[in-house]
Amino acid sequence: MGKPAEDDKELEDLEVALLLEGVFRRYGYDFRDYSLAHLRRRLRHRLQSSYLPDLGAMLHRVLSDRNFFELLLRDLSISVTEMFRDPGVYQRLRTEVVPRLMTWPFVKIWHAGCATGEEVYSMAILLHEEGLLERCQIYATDFNQLALKGAKEGIYSLDQVRLFTGNYLKGGGRESFSDYYTADDDAVILKSWLKKRIVFADHNLVTDSVFSEVQMVVCRNVLIYFNRDLQQRIFRTFYESLCPGGILVLGTKESLQLSGMAELFEPVCPDEKIYKKVPQ
Amino acid sequence: MSRAAVRFEAVVIGVSAGGLDALRAILPRLPENFGVPVIVVQHQAPGTNDFFARFLDQRCAVRVKEAEEKEAAAPGTVYLAPADYHLLIEDDRTFSLTLENRVRFARPSIDVLFESAADVYGPRLIGIILTGANDDGSHGLAAVKRQGGLTVVQDPGAAEVDTMPRAALAAASIDYVLPLAAIGPFLANLDKNGAFHSDGLVNSIRI
Repeated sequence: MGKPAEDDKELEDLEVALLLEGVFRRYGYDFRDYSLAHLRRRLRHRLQSSYLPDLGAMLHRVLSDRNFFELLLRDLSISVTEMFRDPGVYQRLRTEVVPRLMTWPFVKIWHAGCATGEEVYSMAILLHEEGLLERCQIYATDFNQLALKGAKEGIYSLDQVRLFTGNYLKGGGRESFSDYYTADDDAVILKSWLKKRIVFADHNLVTDSVFSEVQMVVCRNVLIYFNRDLQQRIFRTFYESLCPGGILVLGTKESLQLSGMAELFEPVCPDEKIYKKVPQ
Repeated sequence: MSRAAVRFEAVVIGVSAGGLDALRAILPRLPENFGVPVIVVQHQAPGTNDFFARFLDQRCAVRVKEAEEKEAAAPGTVYLAPADYHLLIEDDRTFSLTLENRVRFARPSIDVLFESAADVYGPRLIGIILTGANDDGSHGLAAVKRQGGLTVVQDPGAAEVDTMPRAALAAASIDYVLPLAAIGPFLANLDKNGAFHSDGLVNSIRI
């Protein structure tokens, strides 16, 4: 008992590694340091959905078929988000972080892994209400072109507006959330002035280097998909990108502690995973 | 191979509606130095904090906490999946969290945890499905069985909500169907090396 299963697993692991290597060499997207448990799930899902017999067949397919690669890219990049996700974070940004941002004459914010943009616009709304938006420049980046296209449009499903509105209020919103969008039958379109201070750009955290010197980095629920080595590399990238005293905002279940990078940043609001850069 | 010869490395538990009472009946029966980690998906509404873990922690000899990303699964500890994240286990026995879409309407999903645990622990895993009002966990429990693990389902006849145990019974080959009150003592029978003390007790409660 056990032996055949162990062999199967070894073979599957080898096939996963070859597939990721192939994808990297052919298309330049590097998933080799992603969490393996997550990759296994997503790849099995793609095997089933595309009726492929095994990962060997998938490797052959992905190398020869760019459309299939695009499909796989979408499987491997999770872009689940919502406006004012984790409202407590936005509350703390208002009370604890905005006063710090006020001390800089001009504030550059890097939102790394912005997916479809919901949280970028949430930040723009918050900064607007705090009287800071006009002095800010937000760089919102993602490697997923499709998500980035959606982010630029700023159009979201009408079903989600109740959730967004609730989050906005819980997050300390001061105006009426409906002031920020126009609605049609099944969608809400965010007001275009919200985009004035946002630049959307294609940037891959894994393969591209430091983005720009910024006062704040927001990177929420992106690093959870990476293994420890890659997490450490990205934390270093953030450290290098931030000006002295710069702010780092992570997802509420992400951990600097367990990634072994706690010495680079000190907590501002530990529960909300808001940190600031420690001087060298 | 005799079950008594297997050294189990982990227990995974999936539970939904009725979970608070079910977990309260099981987890306090485990000794402080319980030999393996227990990893639990209890369906919860998004936005729920770690109240559930703290509540159980006060009532158990084992430590109960929310699983954290990259944390290593340790013996003598019960880990609960945080609300609105899937919980997975990696080959190095650390946890991963993901925001992948809901699986059969659930995040955290029992299937997601069980399937990843089955990959990692293979035959050295015990999978348990308890009360619940949907069919999450049945694919996961089948995966545990496929990898040679041991499968346990709460007796649906006495479960607070029987949908989930019945779905698991229909989907997977089950080693033990146990009433809730027997599941705690069943697990407590694992020694500090993760082996059952004797076949005798295990077989005596086999249904």
